[in-house]
Amino acid sequence: MTEDNNQKKQRFEALVDDNLKRLYSDLVQEELPDRFKDLLSQLKEQDAQGSSKK
Amino acid sequence: MSSSDPRDELVTHLPALRAFALSLTRNGATADDMVQDTVVKAWTNIEKFQVGTNMRAWLFTILRNTYYSSRRKAKREVPDVDGVFAETLSVKPEHDGRLQMADFKVAFEQLPDEQREALVLVGASGFSYEEAAEMCGVAIGTIKSRANRGRAHLAELLDHNDETPMELTDQATMAVVTDSGPVSR
Repeated sequence: MTEDNNQKKQRFEALVDDNLKRLYSDLVQEELPDRFKDLLSQLKEQDAQGSSKK
Repeated sequence: MSSSDPRDELVTHLPALRAFALSLTRNGATADDMVQDTVVKAWTNIEKFQVGTNMRAWLFTILRNTYYSSRRKAKREVPDVDGVFAETLSVKPEHDGRLQMADFKVAFEQLPDEQREALVLVGASGFSYEEAAEMCGVAIGTIKSRANRGRAHLAELLDHNDETPMELTDQATMAVVTDSGPVSR
């Protein structure tokens, strides 16, 4: 419609993206639960055993 | 033996993968289970990963496929949302902002999965529309329209164009007030 509305919309979209980024980066910065490190070392171990049995 | 096993790279993507899982499932326990499944699938199917391509995109794709197929199976009417966003309330109050983070989180949780996903992929995690489209197996225009609808939806939920204060604010405030145990995870 008007220029004004358009600007409002753009400002709002910028705000949304800004909030999204902050929300997401908060989530990324959460400490990784130990279960995932454990899982990876388990998987590695399984592979190592598997290949040594060959 | 290869000096560069792509699997060594997996761990570096886990925080992002988990963030994506949390924003998709909105449930801490479900998200972690999805990440676990994804890691196992990726590990055991690593030969399907094309070296030189974007591993993060590959992992996100596995995770979202896992999520949508479990969602189809469960056919839950009410998704099991546990307010993970409200929990991560490490957020400083906005001085400049009309858009309060707490309100934003509440509104964001209410978006349909596809819109939330599109917004996270292109708005937050830095994928291009092309990459997001490929990951979701849809056309670029579809991702664009999902993201746009998501934004419009948020504007509506946050009652952006209206002067009158909305119930949402009260709801959000309540959610924060009742949820305000110390956050240390």
